Parts: sequence; structure tokens; C-alpha cells
Amino acid sequence: MKIELHVNGKFYSLDTNPDAFLLDILRELGFTSVRRGCDTGSCGACSVLVDGKPVLSCCYLAVRAQNHEITTVEGLGEEADKITEYIINEGADQCGYCGPALVVTTYALKQEIPNPTEEQIKQYLVGNYCRCSGYEGQMRGIKKYLGVE
Amino acid sequence: MNFKEVKKSIPKVDGKGLLQGKPAYTDDFVDKNALRVKFLRSPHAFAKIRSIDLSRALEIEEVEVILTHNDVPRNPITRAGQGYPEPSPKDKFILDQYVRYVGDEVAIVAARTGEAAEKALDLIDVQYDVLEPVLDFEEAEGNSAVIHPEDKIYEMFPMGFDPKNNIACSYTDTMVVGNVDKKVEESDIVVKERYYTQAQQHTAMEPHCATAYLDYQDRLNIITSTQNPYHTRRIIGEALDKPLKEIRIIKPRIGGGFGGKQAIHCDIFAAIVTLKTGKPSRCFYSRKEVFENTFTRHPMRFDVTLGATKDGIIEAIDMQLLSNTGAYAEHALTTFMVAGSKVLPLYNKAENLRFEGKVVYTNTCPAGAYRGYGAIQGNFAMESAIKELADKIDMDPTELREKNCIKEGETSPVFKVMGEGTEGIPQTMESCKLDYCIKRGKELIGWYEKYPSKKIGKNKVRSVGNAISMQGSGIPLIDMGSAVLKLNDDGFFNLLVGATDLGTGSDTILAQIAAEALGIPVERVVVTSSDTDTTPFDVGAYASSTTFVTGNAARKAGLNMKEKILEAGAKALDAKSKDQVIFEDCKVNLKDGTKSITLEELSSGLYYGYAEDMQQLIASGSNTSPKSPPPFMSGFVEIELDLETGKYEVLNYVGVVDCGTPINPNLARIQVEGGILQGIGMASTENVVYSKKGKMLTNNLMNYKIPSRKDVGKITVEFAESYEPSGPFGAKSVGEIGIDTPPAAIANAVYNATGVRIKTLPITPQKVLKGIQKLNKE
Ligand code: FES
Ligand code: FES
Repeated sequence: MKIELHVNGKFYSLDTNPDAFLLDILRELGFTSVRRGCDTGSCGACSVLVDGKPVLSCCYLAVRAQNHEITTVEGLGEEADKITEYIINEGADQCGYCGPALVVTTYALKQEIPNPTEEQIKQYLVGNYCRCSGYEGQMRGIKKYLGVE
Repeated sequence: MNFKEVKKSIPKVDGKGLLQGKPAYTDDFVDKNALRVKFLRSPHAFAKIRSIDLSRALEIEEVEVILTHNDVPRNPITRAGQGYPEPSPKDKFILDQYVRYVGDEVAIVAARTGEAAEKALDLIDVQYDVLEPVLDFEEAEGNSAVIHPEDKIYEMFPMGFDPKNNIACSYTDTMVVGNVDKKVEESDIVVKERYYTQAQQHTAMEPHCATAYLDYQDRLNIITSTQNPYHTRRIIGEALDKPLKEIRIIKPRIGGGFGGKQAIHCDIFAAIVTLKTGKPSRCFYSRKEVFENTFTRHPMRFDVTLGATKDGIIEAIDMQLLSNTGAYAEHALTTFMVAGSKVLPLYNKAENLRFEGKVVYTNTCPAGAYRGYGAIQGNFAMESAIKELADKIDMDPTELREKNCIKEGETSPVFKVMGEGTEGIPQTMESCKLDYCIKRGKELIGWYEKYPSKKIGKNKVRSVGNAISMQGSGIPLIDMGSAVLKLNDDGFFNLLVGATDLGTGSDTILAQIAAEALGIPVERVVVTSSDTDTTPFDVGAYASSTTFVTGNAARKAGLNMKEKILEAGAKALDAKSKDQVIFEDCKVNLKDGTKSITLEELSSGLYYGYAEDMQQLIASGSNTSPKSPPPFMSGFVEIELDLETGKYEVLNYVGVVDCGTPINPNLARIQVEGGILQGIGMASTENVVYSKKGKMLTNNLMNYKIPSRKDVGKITVEFAESYEPSGPFGAKSVGEIGIDTPPAAIANAVYNATGVRIKTLPITPQKVLKGIQKLNKE
């Protein structure tokens, strides 16, 4: 079927199966920041924003995303640079596979909860698994980005 | 020591691009038309294939090829991804008539779409003779069910390979020092305990994946998420009867490895499909396949006996080990040996030592390399037993450790006897701040205020626990790494290394080391790594080798390049010899200060201006070492435990580490923090569980629980001031050391909170509660 997606401010028309998931479609469109880490909606590596809210693109039907704003890290512009900078200054990016999803989710967190507590940050990001870093460095960077002590 | 480029936290060279989603990983480079590769896998734990009927599956139009054991070369290999001769038995064929665990590959299907490949899998008709499996590793030896009855499989050097008795390797009568039995008999205090460690899954976030294609020269190119491109090339060549010249392996960025990607998995299947069809192929494991069909950590059983004096001098240590390698024996011998060789030297005062045991086959998921590599298993057993000894003589366990542990300037006979698979090499600890690590860790955790435990409510107790550990820095005189530096016009350098950055940051720290040696800012270095066609040899990223082994190669390359620049600079400045010039601040200066030339001018002259003196400056360095200086760590945990439920929380984990000079303190710190968290996962929640028929039940991230960011309160890491003379600028490696201590430290803390000793990992609330109830009854 033909669908139209609005990704990072641009329209894309494509022909796809009705049961195709957003993850695969976004990757086909060249958004390599969207990554698969599991088959059960458990790892968070595929997170993108739909109307500003994080969703797991591996469980989100592409058709359902029509008429909504999809944002990947490629579409965050300077804000992505900022978040990235805080994380890499801590050395908290290891393999980086979980990274783009973490960046978009952190961005959404900032929009949604202006002055989060440490607990709120952990809760918001709890679905973003990272097997490399031990999370501590990520938290140090993200707290600095959010201006949280 | 005054450094400019090392001992300095700079961001990872690849960090920004990776976080912003730039194409970087294997699956970002797949040809749009690549064939999708899928597998028909055995539903049985042990069976012999009687027949396979492909006719209906082949009717599907998009299916390009289906391969069974009848269609692939039959060369025994090991997928371990180690050096050569391989210390793992060659007991694996690409496909075989026997299937030896649930999920073993039966057929490879390649189709133009994933759906067509899946459909074909359903239409393949396989008849099996189902055989009685061996699922319990304590019943494997001499079992009437023989897991590897086939011929042609072999060991490359004697390792006690005895497949007819389900024994992958055995090791006895070798690691014997003094007289353990006699000493134990004479000792005031004896501890004798049995411990079990479980299978653990690497769970790197990027699943195993590979893509293959033939290039315009008809060479087989494989882009793969591997930790060791050169071994992969060698093993694939061997399996497919292909000259290595015709194979190129490229490792792009890798989404985590931890030992799981040291092995050959997808790459060989993608390769064979491409060779058979001439078309590009793509193999991307599902998470379920990663769980069920790659490797786990070796589960082990330890019988530990300690003999000691009343005042806490450890006199005798005996470790008897049974290890389970699953269906194939990748890393069977070497993980087994590391369980002794990276544990026993911790207590080098003991003059009577013995370490023996066997590694057996079972019909379960094969085991392989995993960060910690035997040491974490041995550490749990030893450090639990040490705590038990401390309690028996009523001594603070940290003081018992301080009294008995290895110190700077000391050695252990174990280094000479035990290498990895073969004999080892004697070593004296030129850097060992383990005693400091214990002392500092106690301060950071507040040991004396908190040990052993404190009740903080009706049912809640807080307690602390400790364990110490060591690892290595590569394998002495087996691991080799190399580096090439090339000067470009505009005065920047390419650093080419075969070393594989898995997220560890090795590209970054190798650039820092080369820059330090050469005397230039690291910003002038562009790193290219891990391409068998364009980068020099490296064994790859395992055994905590890169910082130490390849680091020294990068240092040598830097020093060599500096010599060449001095020579070329001297000529450009009309000096008589390079002794009259110095290289400083990216300029070659005459020592008398009268003339100088910038690196930009010099490099431009070398490319375009110096007539017959024009040349490309290239310098290289290779390195192997008779040493493998161990990094050390002391780990401390504080937990809060609920006596009613047995549940506990890790409030704080403190790791004080001696890794020599941390080349990039931020990156070293994250390595340790990440290692600690994986260790906490192994200690507490991670466990591979099978059904009665040998089917893995923990095959997804819901049933196999890795730590999330809410599961641990705090991780605190510090480094000891330490300098390893044989390391690059004083460095040792740091990739594995973080993971080793949590299982024992947490078990010890649980004992301090409850009086319950958990001797079988993982330490679940159920086990703790059961122990508490039993104590209450007594
Ligand atoms: S891919 Fe793991 S949650 Fe989407
Ligand atoms: S950095 Fe590797 S999974 Fe997070």
C-alpha cells in the first residue's frame, strides 16, 4: 500500500506492506540512527519520536505513523550536538549502538519534564538499555545537559 | 611523569558520529539487493539427520539457494577466533549430519526477501533419528551418549581431547606446586567448599551480523561484526578451502562484543551463500538467535580447598574444576586455565598449589569467550572461600586479603606453569598496587563503619562485601599487534591498526599513544582500523590485549616516525645530520635556533617540492611481549537486603583499579563501570535456563534480565597511581578487570547480612530466602 511519512520535516511517499514496522521503513529510507537490538520491544535501541514522544519503532506500524511528525536524531539539529557533546565529554559512549535512541529520548525528556529529579531521569530512560557503559557516565552527561545536580 | 597526549580524557574519535546515527555498523552497509540468509535449526538437543527434502522449499521463486551438510566443504574447524595453532579442538563443521543442541544449524536458506526465506524454512522436510541428549554436565564424562562420535575432528596440540568420553580437554598433574594434600592435613584451619557458576549471555546490543559480496576482482569481501578480522579471515579460508588472498574482512563499528564476537558465526554463512550464488548476502541474527545460537559463558563447578594457619597465613590452595563447554569446545581449554592462572597468583604466599580438572561436552548451547574468561568464575569460588576462611578464624576478610595478596616486586609460580593452553612465562609484578586498592576501597565504601552489617529497620539490613581480582594484558608471546603511521601533506597522519575497537575506545587511545610518542597533538591523527586489506595485522580485541599489546606497537610506530621526520627535517634545513635538529610543537628546528620548518611545509615539500628527495614517510611498529602485566582491582559492595523476601539492592559498588597509567581516564573509567555492571548482572539476575528437553527458555530480553539503569544505586570507580614499565607510557589493559569481583563481593555481602552462604550463582532472592528460612529453623 502507498503511505506518506513525515520524517524530520520532510515528506516521503512509499509503497509498503500494511504490516511493516516503522523501524524497517526508516532504515530503508536511510535513517541509520534507528537500530534493531531485539525482537520483543525490550531494548529501546529503535526509539524515535512521534509527535515529540518516544516510541519503539520496532513495535510501531509504519501506517500508524502517517499524519504524525516523526523525529530521529538526524532531525534534532543543534540540540543533538549539545546532548552528544555532554555524553562524549564523559566518555560515556562506548559502542554507541544505544546512542541515538538515548539522545532522542533525552531530548523528549527535556521537553516533557523541565526540572527532573535523578529518579525521574532514570525512570524516563529506563527502557534505553546499554550493555557497555554501566549507565553512570551517561547519567553524568545527561544530568549536566539537563542542568540537574 | 609529564604527558601531553596520554593520561588525558579526550572524547572518543568516533563518539559524535555514532551517537548521531551516521552509517557505521555492519547493517548500515548492506547492498539493497543482498540475499537474506536464514537458518533451519534443530528442534532436538541431539539427533542425527536421516534425510532432508528441499523440493517444496525450492519451488518458492525468490529462493536462490538452500545448503545442507551435503553441499558444504567438510573441514573441521573451531569457531573460537583464537591464534594459531588453536588451543580449541577442531570439532565443528560448517554443517553436519549430527545436530548437537537445540538450534544447531541444519540448513542455510538464502532468498531475495526475508519472508520468502522464512517461508522456505517451513517447507523443508527433515527426518531425524533423535538421540538421548546429555544435558547435565556432571553426568557428561563417560556417558553412553557420545556427543562427538564423528571422525576427522582433532586437537592441534595435546590437551586431553577425548571425545569418545565427552571430554573436550583435561588438565591434570601439571599445575602442582609443593604438596597440597599434606599441607592441608597439617593446617590449623581448612576450608573445603563446592561452588557453581552459571552460563551468562553477552547481550551486546547489536546482534551478530555480517554481509558478504564479491568485488570487481572477484574477491570475497565480508563486512562483519567481529572482534578479530584476521583470525576470521584465516578460519573462513580454512573452512571454505579458499586462499586467504581471495578474502577481505572489514570490521566497521561494532555494537559491543564482550567476547561474543570473537567467534565465527554469521560471517561464514554469509560468505558461503555469496560464494555459491555470486550475489551479495546479508545475515542478521534475531535476538533469539543471539541467545540460542551464539555462545554463552562456560558454566563451571569448583571444589576449593584452603589450608591456613590460625593467624591467617594461607598455606595451601587446591582447585578442582569441571567446566561445561556445551555442544562445541570453543575456548574450552583456555577459559578453564584462566580460572586458575588469573586467580591463584592473587594469593602468592601459599607454597602448596594444585589446579586440575576437565572440560566436558553437553548438548546445550556452546560456550565461548566472555569478558572475564574463566577468571570471573574462579574468582567467585576463590573469593567466597577466602571469606569463609576469614570467618573461621574470625578475621576481617579485607585484612586477610591484605596479608596474603600479591604485592609489587613479587611473583607466583603459577605464571610459569600456566599459560593459555600451554606453559606460561615467569613474571614479576613491576606494578601492583592491589594493597592500595583494598585500602582505598575500604575508605570509599566506609568499610569499618559498615562491616559486617547493620539493621536499619524491622526487616532490612545493610551490609558490605569485598573481593579482589586480577586479569592480564594480552597473552605473552602469542598476541601480536602492529601499527602504521603515514605522514600526509598538510602535516596530518594516518594511523592504521588491525586492532578492533568494539566500543572500547581503542582507536582513540591508540591515537593518543602514537601522538604522545611522536610528539604531536592527537588532533593530527586520523585512525583507520580493522580491514585485512589495508591495516596491518593484529590478533584482535580479546584477552585485554589492545592497550598493552597494540599500544606498544603504536608507540613504536610513533617513535619511528619521529626519527624519519627528524631525518627529513634535517635535510630540508640543510643540517648535516638529524642530531642537529629537534622536533617540537610540530616544527623541526635547528638546535641553535636559527632555522625551522613546520610540519605542514615539510610534508608538502616531501610530496611536491623536494625533487629527488620527495618521498612518502611511513613508519611502523609491531609488538609482542613476554609479559602480560595484570591489572588489579578491589571491589566493594554495599547492599540493602530485605529479610522477609530475600531481595537485595546494590546501593553502591566501589572499584579501585590498578591498570597502570590510564591512557584516557574517562574511557578507562567507563570500561570499569560497564564491567562492574555486567558482573552485577551475573551475580544477581542473569542466568541461562533450559527446559527438560534442552530448549533454552531464557531466549529474549524479558526472560533474560540484564541490568537496567534503575537496578543499581551507584558505581564508584577510582584508579590507583601506578606505572607499568613494560606498558606504553606505563599502561596496562583495562577491558576485563571490572567484571570479576561482583559475584563474590555480593555473595559475601549477602552472608554478612543474613548468615546465608550462596554458593551457586546467580544469587536470587529465592535462594537467599530459602537460606534464611533454613537458618531460622536450625
Ligand atoms: S528493537 Fe529492541 S525495543 Fe525495538
Ligand atoms: S554504548 Fe554499547 S550499548 Fe550503550
